[in-house]
Amino acid sequence: MYTVVVRVRWGLSRRTRGLQMSIKHSLLALLAESPRYGYQLRGEFEERTGSTWPLNIGQVYTTLDRLERDALVEKEGDDGEGHVIYSITDAGRTEVMGWFAQPVAATNPPRNELAIKLALALTLADVNVSAVVQAQRTASMKLLQDYTRQRRAAATHAGTQLSGEPGTGNANDAAWLLVLDSLIFTTEAEVRWLDHCEGWMAKRAASAGTAAKPAQARATADTAVVK
Amino acid sequence: MSNEILQLESVSRTYGEGAMSVAALRSVSLTINAGEFVAVMGPSGSGKSSLLTLAGGLDKATSGEIFVEGTPLGGLSINALARLRRRAVGYVFQDFNLVPTLTAAENVALPRELDGIPARKARRQAKDALRLVGIEDLADRFMDQMSGGQQQRVAIARAIVGNRRLILADEPTGALDSATGDGILEVLRSRAEAGAAVVMVTHEARHAGWADRVVFLKDGRIVDEAASQQDPSVLLAGWAH
Repeated sequence: MYTVVVRVRWGLSRRTRGLQMSIKHSLLALLAESPRYGYQLRGEFEERTGSTWPLNIGQVYTTLDRLERDALVEKEGDDGEGHVIYSITDAGRTEVMGWFAQPVAATNPPRNELAIKLALALTLADVNVSAVVQAQRTASMKLLQDYTRQRRAAATHAGTQLSGEPGTGNANDAAWLLVLDSLIFTTEAEVRWLDHCEGWMAKRAASAGTAAKPAQARATADTAVVK
Repeated sequence: MSNEILQLESVSRTYGEGAMSVAALRSVSLTINAGEFVAVMGPSGSGKSSLLTLAGGLDKATSGEIFVEGTPLGGLSINALARLRRRAVGYVFQDFNLVPTLTAAENVALPRELDGIPARKARRQAKDALRLVGIEDLADRFMDQMSGGQQQRVAIARAIVGNRRLILADEPTGALDSATGDGILEVLRSRAEAGAAVVMVTHEARHAGWADRVVFLKDGRIVDEAASQQDPSVLLAGWAH
């Protein structure tokens, strides 16, 4: 059971690395529901997001320290077993409601290794861009198949009907389905972008004349290569 | 019964002759087994539709051989080919291609009646097929009384009626919204799990994600394949907590 989680995490790491995950607001949102201690917060976060973005307990406690410093949470004593319970303050509630009300800012696009790789491949004489595109498309397609399998299994678990009608299962099941959908749509966008790149390169190669510049000649050679 | 439902052996299809000829497929080899759901992807003009047309016996290969349930299509007379199509091959199209003046059950029963099956038996088989796609209760509806998703289920029922085991689907979700399209993919998936071989042409990566295997075509050739991990342990990964 555990190895499976590790595998899924490994599959996601490339995409999630560098994401500005708002752990601070996620913890505040969970504390707005009820007072909790650190391990409970980590467990709730992972359960509601399908263990897609694992948290380490050190991050949780560092974040709680900062939230306490900023008077957004406060310590409520312990539960008798040595766990320090945190609860949200009024200022914390205002902060988390503000987070839900604001759209996520995307002014700085996250670094996209694939876009960088293709941009460089296109400018280097010795790289077969078509091969790079196809290798990535196959890998992304496999990932998409795996996410879709998980989505089907999760939907069955959540009681979704054959008709595609949403089931009336619990909210955590629904939350995991939506996280999976997000991964599916993101991966689909990547494949569509790769298709677009390939189409664009083919057109560019076709419009390049016989007296093509070296870069254009290379693009022509690339699109002519299959397999 | 053979496990291999569809086989293409070095199949090429060229339209026109001499300098003006266009190669739609170039030496494509592909085997699709019972229980497999295979998606075919590729840019426009890559040969996707040609592959489906040839697989269904609606066109003849220029060279190479195509086998449907072990029968080579190349040597068949036109009549024998038509019989094989009716017995073994079901089509699903983007725009459903149903007869508007017939009910759902009548649409599904039609290919069986054309095959000489008595009407009552054909009707019973149609009801069975409608049950398998989840719309048994809509058997007496006319097409204008059904949604797009329901009509596509009728079309799938028509494709599988009489226990046909090769389903060829050309952009079957193209005319449907996202959630309705997922319902159709679920039906195709369940037919594959029940033992049919499903070949679906699509340009939507998300829909191809439902397949066991994705075949990429380019310039008439298979350039790559993506096969999903069959390891069932990955399925409930999200529930491992």
